[in-house]
Amino acid sequence: MVRRLARPHHRPARKWQRSVDTLLNNLDIFTTGFKNTAILFVVSAVFALILGTIVGGMRVSPVPVMRAMGTVYVNIVRNTPLTLIFFFFVFGYPKLGLAELSYPVLAIIALTLYTATYVAETLRAGINTVPLGQAEAARAIGLPFMQSLSLVILPQAFRAVMPPMISVFIALLKNTTVAAGFSVAEAGAIRANLSERGEPAIVVLLWVAFVFVVLVALLSAIQHHFEKKWQVTR
Amino acid sequence: MKPAKKKAGLLASLAVAALALTACGGGGSGGGGGETAASAPYTVASNVSLDGSPTFDKIKQDGKVVIGVKQDQPGLGFKDAATGEYSGFDIEIARWIAADLGYPADKIEYKAIPSANRESAIVNGDIDYYVGTYSITDKRKQSVDFAGPYFETGQGLLVKKDNTSINSEKDLAGKNVCSATGSTPIQNIKENFPDTKTTEFDTYSQCIDALNNGQVDAVTTDQAILIGYAAQDPEHLKVVGEPFTVEKYGVGLKKGDDVLRKHINEMFTNGNDTWTKIYDQTLGQSGTKVEQPAVDNY
Repeated sequence: MVRRLARPHHRPARKWQRSVDTLLNNLDIFTTGFKNTAILFVVSAVFALILGTIVGGMRVSPVPVMRAMGTVYVNIVRNTPLTLIFFFFVFGYPKLGLAELSYPVLAIIALTLYTATYVAETLRAGINTVPLGQAEAARAIGLPFMQSLSLVILPQAFRAVMPPMISVFIALLKNTTVAAGFSVAEAGAIRANLSERGEPAIVVLLWVAFVFVVLVALLSAIQHHFEKKWQVTR
Repeated sequence: MKPAKKKAGLLASLAVAALALTACGGGGSGGGGGETAASAPYTVASNVSLDGSPTFDKIKQDGKVVIGVKQDQPGLGFKDAATGEYSGFDIEIARWIAADLGYPADKIEYKAIPSANRESAIVNGDIDYYVGTYSITDKRKQSVDFAGPYFETGQGLLVKKDNTSINSEKDLAGKNVCSATGSTPIQNIKENFPDTKTTEFDTYSQCIDALNNGQVDAVTTDQAILIGYAAQDPEHLKVVGEPFTVEKYGVGLKKGDDVLRKHINEMFTNGNDTWTKIYDQTLGQSGTKVEQPAVDNY
């Protein structure tokens, strides 16, 4: 036991140096990986926000068909594992003989469709917090449904759901790593690449986790910013 | 009724004939193997002692051998989903080592471990040793030790049977090639064949699916693995060209266990007959002939 403790290569300084080497010697893999993660995240987030808002609006619309369509879409996609959705788009879609799409595009479609359901439901929760009087007042001054939704209801709804909405996008950020198994070289693929280069897997994973923590902290900062900006005295 | 009976009778006589044939084969080539089933060309050793091998101490303490293997490579390391039985060249090599340490097949616990987790499984002691298309590299030698090599192969190409445009690695420009995410072969394609498109999936079987669907033109990885897939579906798939890299498979061991490493190396060096029989029973069924590589006792 004493001998083991005295072994020289257990000195922490050298271990730290080796871990830094793992990062610096493979910076190419790390940067391409996280660049692709960023692309997947930003593009999917924008589309999911747009689609989710539309679907959220459909679910409170006065037209029964719209409501039904929104409900069916949300309930089917939200109850399906993300990996399965990826499987469908990567292995099923090409068999349909439609336009050929690259793997990153297919990944963005899968991530968008999946995340939009959560955006829609989060937003619907926000819409429900807006007092009924607001909608009635909007109608009373003659606004049609679309305008009362976009000018009166949604701004208040978004403000109310800022924290859970950011949670949805944090989940999206982490979900992008599923694409690594479907031919998109993003952060989730870093470990596989580096383990083939003989780098210690734990160290690589800790670096990847560290960058994710930084990115999530960034999203949390955005949340705080908007919460403050949109704060109202009630 | 009658023809059915006739058929059954024919089948029975065929089965008897097959049994007689295998019995003959076993007796003829088995040598000192005894009268046990002809399937295993090695015998379980007794009274094995390996002083100073921490891995062997742990095996003795557990009363079983825990071996890391692959489960999705037909012909090499493959787990039958229905029966849970493992089979293949790597599996037989693993069983041979266990037998040489004094442990029969029913004292073996298999753990399917994907490529990316091999080093950590060995370093953490989750497994006693690893046999699963594990290429010996200097970088890996920094965290684990290798006995062997016990097999030599190289990067090859698998294409559809009716493909005439790809005959070797020189025909890859503009083609779409698939392999496992981040694997050495796909990194090699990206670096040395810049005109080639790449597709990366979690498993080789997904690549095979994509090949059959026409989403990719070829699947690339170690030729031994590809031969296994071609043997599984010879009507639709074929291996083309010669290996264009050199990969030497070793047995992954905990770093510093030189006693066990030397013991296994000795077994490989003295066991060329056994090696050949194992090869003929597994990968050799595809019709390929390969020589056992010389052991590197570093």
